[in-house]
Parts: sequence; C-alpha cells; structure tokens
Amino acid sequence: MPAYAQWTAFYTMLRKDMVRIFRIWVQTFIPSVITSALYFLIFGTVLGSRIGQMQGVDYMSFVVPGLVMLAIVTNAYANSSFTFFQSKFFARSIDEMLVSPMPPWLIIAGFVAGGVIRGVLVGALVLMISVFFTGLHLSIFNLAIILVFAILTAIVFALAGLVNGVYAKSIDAINIVPTFVLTPLVYLGGVFYSIHSLPVAAQYVTYVNPIFYLINGFRYGFLGIADIALWISFAVLAVMIAALIAINMYLIRKGLGLKQ
Amino acid sequence: MASALSIKDLKKTYGNGVTALGSVSLEIPEGDFFALLGPNGAGKTTIIGISTGLVNKTSGTVEVFGHDIDKEPEVAKTFIGLVGQEINFNPFEKPIDIVTNQAGYYGIPRHVAIPRAEELLNDLGLGDKMHGTAMQLSGGMKRRLMIARALVHRPKFLILDEPTAGVDVELRRSMWDYLTKLSKGGLTVLLTTHYLEEAEQLAKHVAIINKGQIVANGSMNEILAMHDDKGQAAGSYRGSKLEEVFLDLTKEK
Repeated sequence: MPAYAQWTAFYTMLRKDMVRIFRIWVQTFIPSVITSALYFLIFGTVLGSRIGQMQGVDYMSFVVPGLVMLAIVTNAYANSSFTFFQSKFFARSIDEMLVSPMPPWLIIAGFVAGGVIRGVLVGALVLMISVFFTGLHLSIFNLAIILVFAILTAIVFALAGLVNGVYAKSIDAINIVPTFVLTPLVYLGGVFYSIHSLPVAAQYVTYVNPIFYLINGFRYGFLGIADIALWISFAVLAVMIAALIAINMYLIRKGLGLKQ
Repeated sequence: MASALSIKDLKKTYGNGVTALGSVSLEIPEGDFFALLGPNGAGKTTIIGISTGLVNKTSGTVEVFGHDIDKEPEVAKTFIGLVGQEINFNPFEKPIDIVTNQAGYYGIPRHVAIPRAEELLNDLGLGDKMHGTAMQLSGGMKRRLMIARALVHRPKFLILDEPTAGVDVELRRSMWDYLTKLSKGGLTVLLTTHYLEEAEQLAKHVAIINKGQIVANGSMNEILAMHDDKGQAAGSYRGSKLEEVFLDLTKEK
C-alpha cells in the first residue's frame, strides 16, 4: 500500500471515529466533565480547604493535574476498547478492515488515534472546568511537558484499551478491566496525594504502579514539582508504549479473537 | 490466461478439532464466472475466508492473481471484493458512508470515493436510501449495499458467498443481471449459492465440494454431462440437471 493510500486509510478510520465521538457527545464528553466537577467540588473545595497544602502548593492546584490525567486515561482506554469490541462483536464490521489491504500497524494506529484524540479533548475540557474551581489561578510550569505527557499517556491507554477490545468476548469483559484494574491503579497512583505523605512501605508499592509515573510527569508540567525524576517517568512511558505496540501487533497479525 | 485464484493443498482444521478442508486444490481462471457449490458445512465459506484473510489456514498455498496471501497479503487483497454470507456493516451508519469508508480503507480519497459510491448505490437501486441509516434497509437492500461496498475499489475478483439468501425472485434477477454485466466487462466472479438453477445459468465453471474435499470440478457442460437418469425412480421429483449431479455427488452413501 503506497504511503498516500495508507494516509487515506488512516484518515478514514480517524474521521469515522470522530464523527461517532461527536455524534454521541453526551456519552463521550459529558460524563468525565461532570465527574471531574464533582471531584473538584468535594476534594478540592470542601475537603481541600481543610487539607491546606500538599508539596508546598494549595490542594486544589495539586489535584488538578491528577484529575485531568484521570480523564485522559479513562477516555483513551474506553474509546479504543469499546470501538474495537463493537466493530468485532455487534456488527462484525471489523471485517471491512480485515479484508482491506491495511497492514496491522495501520489498523492499530487508526483505533489508537481515535482514543488519543478523545482522551486529550476530554482532558482539555476537564482542565477548563478546573480553571473555574481554581479561581483562574491555574499554574502552568511547562506547557510542552504537559502536552507531551498528555499525548503519550493517551497513547499508552488507547493501546491498552485495544488489547482489552481484542481479547474481550463479551461487553462485561470491556467493563471489568477499567473497574477492577484501571480505577484502583489511578486512585492509588497519586491523583489525590503525594507519595511522600504515605508510609515508606506504601511508597514502595506505589513505585510498581505505572500510573504513578504518568501523573508524576504530568504534575511536574503544571507545578514544577515531582516525586521522582522526570526522566524516569518518560522511560516508563516509553517502555509501556513499546510493549503495548508489540502486544497489539502480535494480536492483530495473528488475528486472535478475530480470525478462526 | 492467469488464474484469479489458485489454491493448492489447502487444509483447515479449526481449534475445536473439526477439519473443514481436507486437501483442496482449485484454479479459477481470470474472467471466469465460477460457482463453488456444496451442502452446508462443506467448506465453501472456509475457502472464501482463507482467500480474503478472515480465516487462518492450517497449511497449503493461496494465490490471488499470482500474489501469495502469506507473502504479499496487502497486494493480494487489493484484487478482491467480498460479499460475505452474513450482514457485516454497522447498521447505525448511512449506506453512503459505509461504501465511502470502505473505499478509504483501500486508500481511495473521499473526493473520488463519494461519486463512485453514489454511482454504485444508484446502479443497485439504493439511490434514495443512501442518506438514511442502514438499519432501515430491507434484507435484499442490505445485500445490495454489501455488493456496492465490495465493488467500490473496483476489484478484479468479486467473491459472493450466498448473496441471494433471503432475497426475493425479482431482486435476485436484477442482482444477477447486474453481476452478469460486470462479468462480461472482465470481472472474475466466484459464487457460492444454494440456488443451483442460478449457478447453472450463470457459471462457466463449477466445483462441487463435500466434507472438505472437491468432488467435481470442470466446465458447466462437463459437470452436467455427469448426469444420467439411471437409478431414477419413475415418477419421482426431478430438479435441474445440476441439482441431480449435485445430489449424486454429495448425498450420504
């Protein structure tokens, strides 16, 4: 497939997903915005005023990056897992791609791009909401780091969602992983607290949670403070992306769960 | 003349241990209208699935216009248009989008794909339905939408897996008139169907498959010549010649 044809195929997949995402915007954009607004209200405004400061910044400013990251993670994951599962299970329209000359990496790229864009868009909406709760005092230490971490994190979780979508044999399997794996990892990854406020043993447990590294880097972009060095966060992201690309390539190429 | 499809020693055993294809070899010449016939579960759809990349084979080789599906899968796929047995499009999408997007997966840009999709949908009698949702289409219309989708990238080889199942007589005839016209224009067609009189009228060559083995393969005249009236009980029901040959070759012995 020549490069321009690959680009057209990629654009077709992405355009189709964008049309779907915006057509059902009440389902794709609004839930995370409402959930985040509630978090900001309860953890930031009500409880935050009693907590005071965390790592030298007021609690509301501390919690904003974590909640934006939470929105990016959940939306990127949900988008690719659900769109892939839907196309393979409900209408079997995945066959449209499997019979086409699109190579496996291009199919993966198409699904992941949709997840990345939805994740980043919802993250941006949550950030806009946070401005209201922080009284226009949103701190931005380094915009480039924020954007890089937002996009790389969205890529990681769109890839992870795709693995889930490929393996899933029922709609329950799409919901189990976010509920029992993703949500605990996000909540225990430092969205609401600095790991320095944990006992030493709990800090070591947090170090094996990959989400911690993503929130750490993202928060550094906003506040200029981090629990661990930024390069470690980048390294963890890079390893996760490489591993998930390899897994997805294997699954799509072999047709596991897709071909008999 | 080159083969549109060349299959050698193709074997397929599914994960549950069921052998769908024993050792199948088949050649479909370019420009042919080829009927692959067989009872349910004979292996027709498995052959089609392997040839189009929807089913993994156990062993053997498949070439599409000389391109091996293992070594050059992307090139091989560009030649094929598939109308599958099951309805497999998103019913919430519009027919025009389904066809246009399919063109996009083959690398055809939208400014080329849209007029092409409109022309195909008009030709197949879906002109006034193309901007509604696909779920509003009748069964026959959905089949025609799948034909439009399979043709939008202008394949040289069209595979139709029981395309007229559940389609009324009038629609079936118009569908075959359309495909016959395309075949005369050089399109190679592989058809599976349970309507044997349809195959008898349309196909130049026939293969009959039973229990994963090709039991007859040749020109339509050669296959029809296999029929004789010996053993036929006087006064019993008789179908078309092809139907009688088919039953002779596939009945339980």
